[in-house]
Amino acid sequence: MITFDHVTFTYPQLNSSDAQEPVLKDISLEIAAGELALLVGATGSGKTTFLRSINGLVPHFSGGYLNGRVSINGRNTQDFAPRELADLVGFVPQDPLTGFVTDLVEDELAYSMESLGIDPQTMRRRVEETLDLLGLADLRNRPLRSLSGGQQQRVAIGSVLTAHPEVLVLDEPTSALDPGAAEEVLAALHRLVHDLGVTVVMAEHRLERVVQYADSILMMEHGRIDNGTPSSIMENSPIAPPVIHLGRLAGWNPLPVSIRDARRSAGPLRSSLAGQRPHLRVVPDSTPLIARVRDLDVGYGQRTVLRDISIDANAGEIIALMGRNGSGKSTLLRALIGLHNPSVGTVRINEINPAKMPARELIHHVGLVPQEPSDLFEAQSVALECRNSDSDAGCEAGSTRALLALMAPEIIDSTHPRDLSEGQQLILALCIVVAAKPPLLLLDEPTRGLDYPTKGKLADILRGLGETGHCVVMATHDVELVADLATRVIMLGDSEIVADGSTGTVITGSPMFAPQVAKILAPQQWLTVHQVERALNNRGRAETP
Amino acid sequence: MSIFQRTRWLHPVAWWIWALSLAAAATRVTNPLLLGLLITAAAIVVARRKPDAPWGKSFEFFLVLGLFIIVIRVVFQVVFGAATGSQLLISLPGISLPSWMSGLRIGGPIMLESLLGAFYDGLRLATIAIVIGAANSLASPSRLLKAIPSALYELGVSVVVALSFIPQLISDAVRIRDMRRLRGRRNTGLRAYATLAIPVLAGALDRSINLAASMDSRGYGRVNNQSSRSRRLVVGLLLSSIVLITVGLFGLFTSDAHPLIGLPSLSIGVGIAVFAMWHSGHNRTRTVYRPDAWTLPEFLVSAAGVLTLGIYLWADIRAETDLSFWSQLHPALNQWPSLPLWGLVAFAISLTPAFTSPPPPSTLGSINDSQKVGAGT
Repeated sequence: MITFDHVTFTYPQLNSSDAQEPVLKDISLEIAAGELALLVGATGSGKTTFLRSINGLVPHFSGGYLNGRVSINGRNTQDFAPRELADLVGFVPQDPLTGFVTDLVEDELAYSMESLGIDPQTMRRRVEETLDLLGLADLRNRPLRSLSGGQQQRVAIGSVLTAHPEVLVLDEPTSALDPGAAEEVLAALHRLVHDLGVTVVMAEHRLERVVQYADSILMMEHGRIDNGTPSSIMENSPIAPPVIHLGRLAGWNPLPVSIRDARRSAGPLRSSLAGQRPHLRVVPDSTPLIARVRDLDVGYGQRTVLRDISIDANAGEIIALMGRNGSGKSTLLRALIGLHNPSVGTVRINEINPAKMPARELIHHVGLVPQEPSDLFEAQSVALECRNSDSDAGCEAGSTRALLALMAPEIIDSTHPRDLSEGQQLILALCIVVAAKPPLLLLDEPTRGLDYPTKGKLADILRGLGETGHCVVMATHDVELVADLATRVIMLGDSEIVADGSTGTVITGSPMFAPQVAKILAPQQWLTVHQVERALNNRGRAETP
Repeated sequence: MSIFQRTRWLHPVAWWIWALSLAAAATRVTNPLLLGLLITAAAIVVARRKPDAPWGKSFEFFLVLGLFIIVIRVVFQVVFGAATGSQLLISLPGISLPSWMSGLRIGGPIMLESLLGAFYDGLRLATIAIVIGAANSLASPSRLLKAIPSALYELGVSVVVALSFIPQLISDAVRIRDMRRLRGRRNTGLRAYATLAIPVLAGALDRSINLAASMDSRGYGRVNNQSSRSRRLVVGLLLSSIVLITVGLFGLFTSDAHPLIGLPSLSIGVGIAVFAMWHSGHNRTRTVYRPDAWTLPEFLVSAAGVLTLGIYLWADIRAETDLSFWSQLHPALNQWPSLPLWGLVAFAISLTPAFTSPPPPSTLGSINDSQKVGAGT
């Protein structure tokens, strides 16, 4: 269905002095009809470029030089512009909201068909079919902006599906979604592949969510692609979900990629772990109280977003705020930093009301890394940004830069902050916030769009901050990060606190939020591969003498 | 259930005809009672028929805009306007300007008449804005797009996309302004806004590139079997017809224009437009999903607007010879304005869409669908 024949692609040169490195290097591969191919790779390895080359956005829309041949069902993308491939390839961009053209769900579903000139009776029928197929029938009259993230993603998929494409290309369809909404989207995709035989090519960082659905994996590294079955590729891949790491640790062969397969091989491992308890980082009991929230209510206009929230956060704690999209996580973070004045209740950081504090002093008490780290940037280069940060924080010159060099030594001074990769932007924003030495550090969805190595690095940095007496509060959907990092989990639902307790008890309590290792080794309460490894080593040491 | 009660979207063109007619009527008068009736009619129709979708809320914004227009107009009169009339309200300290700037005046005595005149004038502008706002909240701009002939479709898309970016820009600006506080800056005051330009524009640019890529990959602008020459011909014809229609309307609504500018150029413009649309509709490939039908309610709504405008134009023509009509349209500034009977009739007619148009479908649905509780604890 999709054929790449010695494809090399280079973006147009920005200035004549430096030659551009090709983004795609001599890629030759074949994706068969009806296959679900998963594209895996580190941030900046060229995944989005590869996906866009399938429907001709690269090079027709992006510019640049493409050598070799990309053909979809016999149509060469050199001869067909993206709009002429619209009946064959459906492309769902990373952020569905930026791709919506109309206002209402039903109109959006019809848009592609209108452009293709499909006759009105067929359009009417296909819209109804697609509404049913993706479970959108109740939402047909809803404005697109009022939908939740998972619903928007399903509408985006439906809106290209109505044109009956044979290939569906998706760029990180679940990265912004809570576990439940991600399940919805993936279930819909699974159904398309199995019932309609659609060929799907999908890029995704969160392998723990998708790898079990894939027929093949395209492993992308520095512009080259290695193609194979999931278990063969995963055997040596540095980018792998916890189930693979656990399988490697336990020496399972063949390597299981799904929870179901892993659970069937896990009997011996479970018995060898019996009687041991996971080693947990314990927060000392008597650390100073940093943030105190009492009976907090926050509302926008008529709508209540938070109701009756009470939290005490102590130094050294790493607290994860979880809950579905729109459950009030971001609002709680904004209330903690004083961007929302509570309608009822109090927020105190070190006994001070953050909403009343001048910004200049506030940054020494509490800092927030926003969902879009680039919102914090204003300078034209990294060096300048760091200098601004020093003067804002009133700390000695060069301290932000030193911090950055420690966390991400590869970042160069002269780079424009917006040209950094997502992970680098996050780390720069974190350095700017930490430079003012706030005891309370807030992060909003820090791992959105990060690959496993960057995520591991972030986890190390945050753990270090926790150990030096910071209190870290992060809103996140990333179950595996929470299992690895958090000491406490607060689950929000319907604007109230649903659960508040240690990580182990809260996340293993619900199947939706349980990490992979916990699912495989249940009823034992292991959360991460690291804990299992440590326990096995201890046992080994105990047995040798 | 009759066709007046069945919930559906009214054809957006009907709403716009109704609203633009009311706006055109407003340009003919300065009588605040008549203007008030036009605003009231628009507000009643909006209150009864606005959809619960986001664009339905825009009417309130236009009401505020109207108030703002009035205030600005009056303030300008107080500060710069010439003092005419006889009833002195208050005397502000004035600045005497050199003789070569004798047309200008700053401060000085404020007369009741000149203040009232400014208020009437501001109210007229505000009425136009509010009535247009009514159309905006009753029919979303992108629904109007559906009714645009295929030759002008691409032009229409760029206008609608540009319109939809404005609310997005505002929310971006608010978000980034908040972020300034996180860097330890003040987030109020002029300086805080001045540093927003680059991040906000960068965001808008990113979004428009994404939207363009998405539209391209969904088949927007597919080449159809129309030759590019005939396409260019149609676009050219339509553009020239728009120019002619605009000039024609201008001639029609400015009382001192040459008679040849008005009706003749309007009718020639409309003729060319009809021909161009017929020509382009001949071999188009774009189809429209569930096009809005033009049925009795659409006819009644647009007729209500056109009839209202007709009554105002009739009064306007009579005013040229009959002084009593003139004083009804433009009341003297030293006496209480009168409300003529024909104004009430026009009001009753302009109000009928509140009852003759079908109620819009609800866009809220059931909020709780598919929002499954993730937290099982």
